[in-house]
Amino acid sequence: MIIFLAAQVLPGDVARRILGPFADQRAVDELSKELGTDQSLLAQYWDWISSFVTGDLGESAVTGRPVSDVLLDPLVASAKLALLAFIIVVPLSIAGGVLAALHEGTGRDRLISVGGLSATAIPEFVWAVLFLLIFALWLGWFPTTAQPPDGAGLFTQIEYLLLPSLCLVCVLFGYIARMARAGTIEALEADYTRTAILKGLPQRTVIRRHVLRNSLLPTIAVVATQAGYLMGGLVIIETIFNYQGIGLTLARAATQKDIPVLQSGVLIIGIVYLVATLIADILYSVLNPRVRLEAAAE
Amino acid sequence: MTPAAPDSTVAAPPALELADLEVAYRVRGIWRPVLRGVSFTIAAGESYGLVGESGCGKSTVAYAVLRYLARNGRISGGSVKVAGEDLAGMGDAQVREMRASKVSMVYQNPGGALNPTIRIGDQVAEVFVIAGINPKLARERATEMLTKVQISDPESVMRRYAHQLSGGMQQRVVIAMALAKDPELLILDEPTTGLDATVEAEVLDLVSLLREEFHTSVLFISHNLEVIVKMCDRVGVLYAGRLVEEGRADDVFNDPRHPYSVGLLRCLPSGGVRKDKQRLDTIPGFLPQLGAELPACVYVDRCGLAQEICSKEEPSFHDAGAGRHSRCHFWEQAHELPRATPASAAFNPVDQSAQPVIRAESLRKTFRQEGHAIRAVDDVNFVLRPGETLGLVGESGSGKTTLARTLLGLTSPDEGSIIELDGRPLEKAITNRGRDDVRALQIVFQNPDSALNRRFSVRRILNRALEKLRGDSGREREEHLRELAHSVRFDTRLIHSRPAQLSGGLKQRVAIARAFAGEPRVVVCDEPTSALDVSVQAAILNLLAELQADKGVTYLFISHDLGVVRYLSDRIAVLYLGRLMELGDAETVFSAPHHPYTEALLSSVPQADGEARERIRLQGEIPSHANPPSGCVFHTRCPRYIGDICHEQEPELKEVEPGHFWRCHYSVEELRELQKTAPPERPAGAPAPEDER
Amino acid sequence: MSVPPKPAPAGATEIGTASPAAVGARGDEARLALKERLALLRRSKSFIAGSIIVGFWVLCAIFGELVVPEDPLATDPINDLMTPSADHWFGTDRLGRDVFSRVITGARDILIAALLATILATVVGTALGLVTGYFRGAVDDVLSRIIEAFLALPVIIMGLLVTVSLGRSNTTLILTIGILFAPIISRTVRAAVLTERELEYVSAARLRNERTPYILFGEILPNVTGPIVVEFTVRLGYAIFVAAGLSFLGFGIAPPAPDWGLQVAEHYGLISGGFWWPVLFPSLAIATLVIGVNLIADGVASAFER
Repeated sequence: MIIFLAAQVLPGDVARRILGPFADQRAVDELSKELGTDQSLLAQYWDWISSFVTGDLGESAVTGRPVSDVLLDPLVASAKLALLAFIIVVPLSIAGGVLAALHEGTGRDRLISVGGLSATAIPEFVWAVLFLLIFALWLGWFPTTAQPPDGAGLFTQIEYLLLPSLCLVCVLFGYIARMARAGTIEALEADYTRTAILKGLPQRTVIRRHVLRNSLLPTIAVVATQAGYLMGGLVIIETIFNYQGIGLTLARAATQKDIPVLQSGVLIIGIVYLVATLIADILYSVLNPRVRLEAAAE
Repeated sequence: MTPAAPDSTVAAPPALELADLEVAYRVRGIWRPVLRGVSFTIAAGESYGLVGESGCGKSTVAYAVLRYLARNGRISGGSVKVAGEDLAGMGDAQVREMRASKVSMVYQNPGGALNPTIRIGDQVAEVFVIAGINPKLARERATEMLTKVQISDPESVMRRYAHQLSGGMQQRVVIAMALAKDPELLILDEPTTGLDATVEAEVLDLVSLLREEFHTSVLFISHNLEVIVKMCDRVGVLYAGRLVEEGRADDVFNDPRHPYSVGLLRCLPSGGVRKDKQRLDTIPGFLPQLGAELPACVYVDRCGLAQEICSKEEPSFHDAGAGRHSRCHFWEQAHELPRATPASAAFNPVDQSAQPVIRAESLRKTFRQEGHAIRAVDDVNFVLRPGETLGLVGESGSGKTTLARTLLGLTSPDEGSIIELDGRPLEKAITNRGRDDVRALQIVFQNPDSALNRRFSVRRILNRALEKLRGDSGREREEHLRELAHSVRFDTRLIHSRPAQLSGGLKQRVAIARAFAGEPRVVVCDEPTSALDVSVQAAILNLLAELQADKGVTYLFISHDLGVVRYLSDRIAVLYLGRLMELGDAETVFSAPHHPYTEALLSSVPQADGEARERIRLQGEIPSHANPPSGCVFHTRCPRYIGDICHEQEPELKEVEPGHFWRCHYSVEELRELQKTAPPERPAGAPAPEDER
Repeated sequence: MSVPPKPAPAGATEIGTASPAAVGARGDEARLALKERLALLRRSKSFIAGSIIVGFWVLCAIFGELVVPEDPLATDPINDLMTPSADHWFGTDRLGRDVFSRVITGARDILIAALLATILATVVGTALGLVTGYFRGAVDDVLSRIIEAFLALPVIIMGLLVTVSLGRSNTTLILTIGILFAPIISRTVRAAVLTERELEYVSAARLRNERTPYILFGEILPNVTGPIVVEFTVRLGYAIFVAAGLSFLGFGIAPPAPDWGLQVAEHYGLISGGFWWPVLFPSLAIATLVIGVNLIADGVASAFER
């Protein structure tokens, strides 16, 4: 709803925006009627939500095609990219974080922590540029665009998608690794770890059996929130790599002021994020006995 | 009271042998000595107590024995032998072996010691698995162990997680894990601190029982002298990393031979000492910092018997006969240690006929939690007279803190509750009270670290209190500030310090000063000395008594420590599950006849009044508030349970003698007869005790 | 690789055994903790390294225009896309502008934007965090829901929306980033406040019938400054990140300003043609600035971990 409000409540006559400042008033009025922006805000919202739920997302103001068509393919494409990035980054960053925690304070730790955070803070397009320059241009290992030819096999697709997903990996790594590190350090310092050590268990077992399951709980929640971050990153990466994903579509819609597409697209992204958070919440309560049992006891 | 010492010199090597152990920690680049040449031996099957205040290094001893020192710690000298094997030569694998089979440790905060995400059964069985037993058999053995620690229905507990158990249960599980491997040595580090009195008593009983069954040697570390005397054969007193006295527990307790031990024992409010009879003795000076550089005799700065030789020459561990040792040049004159604080007490007797300062009637506070109504405080009535101390006694869940908070206005009591100050009704919420009422009721909290804003200097803290509570400013405020600091014996040179730079005792003085800034009529003392060391506690209690004699202030004194309560209180109120169980003069409540709950409480405290008592075991756990027992809320655990009347009808709070009230179906004469002897084990046919949680 | 046991509380429990002489001599404590922390900072390698880097860019932002050889805005179409040489250290871009000059002067806009945005976010976020953390109950629930909704929105996408509606300008950029970062900061502050409010000095303040604003800003706030400072430095890094990203997409700082993001945006298509320099140097500029800020953040975080 915020998205809707943001798009609508902000000043500016929508119709006029589309037509530009020079169109005459009558044309503007007509378009307003067609777009429905002359109705009250609440009515518009209701219309929109009900049609959204039934799958009718309206039509693109620019191309006239139904919005659902416009968004579907790119959505799938982005999903592939995101999936690849996640598959790489989650194990890597968790391992990195745990490793940093086990060597807390040493050079290895600083490298992973600071390195990770810096990598996160460097914008994706910078990474993209660097990767493109190094791997695509100078070394020639990978193609410079991400769009594989139609009907390409799995490996070819991965080849094309690797650079862009690596950019995403770089950006996501730091934060997840930091959470994993913090969670592991906390678990290591806990009394129950002391109990385990004093039972005479070897290092490895203590970490595997006692520490990890406690340290990874908070990390899971973070991984889900990163999904939101991911969306923003997609916009940029897809632009640079000219990949027909939802990010690029949204960016174009914004430039062209294609409001229906923009609205629906942003809403979809919001939904994806909420779903990810929901999954994370469920995962967390499944894994955390305290939450699970209290919920069951109610 | 302690089992017989092992007979003759048996072949079994001593469970623990420390010889001149030196441990140091590196703080900010410098190695500081924490243990300075500690030597003692624990024979097989013996129980040894290590006693000391904070910073003496007692926990470090335990960690050194387990080779579990922190990264910045190291054994810098001496040797440790566990069951005859020297630790120094051990590699990692051997250390693990030792931990897995020879030594166990149980420490404070049992909840934290258990892994929250692994089931209890798995955690206990793990001990057996490490010993090489196959998992299935390990589970059976684990269930057996749980039965041994007196957990009824062990099967169900095995399936649970740590957070589903009460504190007492958790500690039993930890003990089960510790004894599962049948170790040579069991180390207990403050195992019952933080547990309720009755629960503590049960845990200690359990430890004694198991010790006999397993023939384990025990190293019992605590700051609580009375507990140690009860549980241990021999005891060693640790001060600043040095063992200053050693001997049989009874001997050391009754006839200490080192100035520190003497001083420490004199600080304890025991043997029926009361504020109107004499002040507690204190130990001057401050506890040394961990790792500080100290002169020849570590105790010289605070010792009343100190002479020149003490700063120059380190006393050797003199043999005082009968297994006693004392590290003092003047150990023979130890008992002549002069008092640091004069014994005479100024005291104003309470005027019984004066109008009460506070009157509370039908005080009730109900919380809503997840749809249940929880009666934290139910139908409490009492009065507070000017200048008296009402001791509030009760275990966790008794409602004493909630009661205090309603008085203070931090929570609003239910409709129908009446609180009056000087005869006029008091506004329920503090935000509605005028300044006069606000300054009349103040509080001293338990934990001085969190009670003082750590970003403010002492000066700022007190100035603010003076401004808000008294409306002071400028010159007047300066003057009052000085008076205030003086009255709590706080050195004004320290006025610019922040709390972090002060010791626990000093911080608590500031907290007291803050409470007294507005010249209050009533001060709630919520466990004001529980977080302090024994020697500091005495000074604070003295201070509170003095302030009361001086200013005629009334105290509502909450504490779980019955000795302390007895010292300071004129009258005592006993709470259980939010209900007032007994109310009366201190001496009356402390001696029979009294309410069965009070009887049980008193019996669980070791030597609270100098008499040995027969321990009364209360079955079961404290019931939950959401589901209080019918009739008399205590009936499920009451050792003097009469019959159906107890679970059908809730007794009224009756005045059974002038000024003495209790909530029980018995009359004074009946209980007087009954309480001449200890109660029998709970008779069969009585309703089963409440299940855990 | 040993799993280290918890470091013994050596010094932690016993700091407070001061003898009157020693403490009195030290004087006002307020300055002291700060001094200790600053000393720690000065010794921290990451802090020093980060400060050098960021310091360099700050100088560029302030004095850049006076120092560069060419006018960053001067176009010279004839000499477009020349490789780096003695005349043009970083080469020229597609409009013949000197890349070196543009990179140096590009520091200003982004630093100012990011800094102002972060300050705005910190002020708003702290206030929000204090309120939600202290009041709990209904106020907290409602506000938290709203805040969570905000958190769900990726900043970049919101930036798109806002710019579409409001038009493109530096002010919109600063406001967007500032307002969108505020909820994140408020979360951290809220968490810290939740712990603080349980401490008894807060109850003691209530027992003096202190007004709520005093309790929030007078008593609690001084105790949560640590996390706030750390959050500030971390968010600054992210603000730079977002500002550059938005500029890259064309929704941030407007041309022909020598903004680094813009420069990359204008030239990345040329990479396949082998024209690497107009893209590499601005990218490196962003990367180094961001790393520098993160090093500072890391140093600050360690110094403020009590």
